[in-house]
Amino acid sequence: MASKPADIGALKELARHFRRDILETIAGAGSGHPGGSLSELEILITLYYYRMNHKPDRPDWPLRDRFILSKGHACPAAYVVLANRGYFPKEELKTFRKLGSRLQGHIYTAIPGVEHNTGSLGQGLSVANGIALGARIQNLHFNTYCLLGDGEIQEGSIWEAAMTASHHRIDNICAILDYNKVQENGPVSEIKNEEPLLDKWRAFGWHAIEVDGHDFSELIGALDEFDTIKGKPTLIIANTIKGKGVSFMEGQAKWHGKAPNKDELETALKELGF
Amino acid sequence: MYDMKPTRDAFGETLLELGKENNNIVVLSGDLEDATRAEYFKKEIPERFFNLGIAEQDLIGTAAGMSMVGLIPFACSFAAFLTNRAYDFMRVSVCYNRRNVKIIGSHAGVTVGPDGATAQCLEDFAITRVLPNLTVVYPMDAIEMKKATRAIAEFEGPVYMRLGRPPFPVITKDSDEFILGKANVMRAGKDVTVIACGLMVHEALQASDILAGEDIDVRVINMHTIKPVDREAIIKSAEETGAIVTAEEHQMAGGLGSAVAEVVTRNSPVPMEMIAVNDSFGESGEPEELLKKYHLKDSDIAEAIRKVIKRKLRRG
Repeated sequence: MASKPADIGALKELARHFRRDILETIAGAGSGHPGGSLSELEILITLYYYRMNHKPDRPDWPLRDRFILSKGHACPAAYVVLANRGYFPKEELKTFRKLGSRLQGHIYTAIPGVEHNTGSLGQGLSVANGIALGARIQNLHFNTYCLLGDGEIQEGSIWEAAMTASHHRIDNICAILDYNKVQENGPVSEIKNEEPLLDKWRAFGWHAIEVDGHDFSELIGALDEFDTIKGKPTLIIANTIKGKGVSFMEGQAKWHGKAPNKDELETALKELGF
Repeated sequence: MYDMKPTRDAFGETLLELGKENNNIVVLSGDLEDATRAEYFKKEIPERFFNLGIAEQDLIGTAAGMSMVGLIPFACSFAAFLTNRAYDFMRVSVCYNRRNVKIIGSHAGVTVGPDGATAQCLEDFAITRVLPNLTVVYPMDAIEMKKATRAIAEFEGPVYMRLGRPPFPVITKDSDEFILGKANVMRAGKDVTVIACGLMVHEALQASDILAGEDIDVRVINMHTIKPVDREAIIKSAEETGAIVTAEEHQMAGGLGSAVAEVVTRNSPVPMEMIAVNDSFGESGEPEELLKKYHLKDSDIAEAIRKVIKRKLRRG
């Protein structure tokens, strides 16, 4: 449940700063995944600053809402949000992908607030279903959110999980698709077309909504709508732009998994107003 | 001479007992609860039973999620489908995350019989025992299965347990000790040790009877926990008997024989022979016919023992 009305301007300013943190974190590591981190950022901010019930000082609070980042390679954005939200020292972002660091190259539970290690695509939705079904059995009242990648849903296991959620009427789960339309080697539509996506998810028994995934008001509206849906799972298709906010990264497959060099970082930060 | 009972029956009975004792036990099935005997649980505790359909990856992933809210999920299907089809889910969502999930694979080995090669899982030890954090168990009879099912439920961490299809001879006693990771000596002996698991323990005991007439004194060990393998028991046997034969209803590559060889070669090298399926798929047939065809019988073990003892004596 949202505790207070959202200050959209403040959220936008967070996004601008977090884009800098993401780029600096990846540049510092010399490798990582900027494209998907920049496309999913507004979704994560909406969840962690507006939507989810959680306590950064008590990451194991039993009634916290759960978040599963199924597209585990896009962890830089999640690490940045968790650090800024107070789950762990922001200073530690500098250790991303380094030997001995808690900040593994794909999202990792040594970081407080991270629920599940992922990295091999197509697994998170089943895990999220299990948490949500388990919560029902245990009579625990919280929501489970799962962020999927658009390349990721080419994995057949996602559709196994989609059937499980609707068959068991799991309505305390909300999956969000970061639909940036570009995967590692090119456009999703050229590699393995997924459209019509809304129809597909609806045919699988989900309440499916489509929003602009960089528009906080639309994301908030969709998440509020999820709250009202009973008896079926909810999927939010968030239309996003891969590499959002950095002109030379936007829509470019080559920025799926590549770190900016010093000059590129400088250009990007300038574009973001730093 | 022995009572005969399928280990899967004992599993199903014990799972139901556990379900009645502990509300945190949940059972997930890949639409094979009739065969795995998870249906005993389903009939009496339907609210904690989920048939997730024919979707092994989802089965394992959902089980991992359930364990994250304090439940103890038993994910049950055929060994062949769970360990092969859902392998990456076992690797990442269960083992890498150290989830308290019990993966139950039934119908392993050639003794599945008429269903043939696709159902006869012969590679589960090889691919499960290379996964960090995973415990791998294969009880040899119905009595041991009851103890093992309880032991893995109490154990905190991911477990893979293998079940057989046909009735196995009931050899162990209620009073026998069962500790995960600790092998049981079934018969004392000083000339050679047979380290076996599952149904092959029975074949090994019969091989030992055959060889008693040839004045060969065979030690027989039941290695019910494939991982962590009981290093101490292996090293002790190598040192005390000087020769080892392994026996398993599994591929020779990567199975119990390999696990034993990894310990023997690094600690106390002695001649070894392995009784196992040698790089081949199974086929349809009756269990006993298949054991003969794939050289998994007591007579095959006896022959391997004669051979390993010759090698041992040559070494002086």
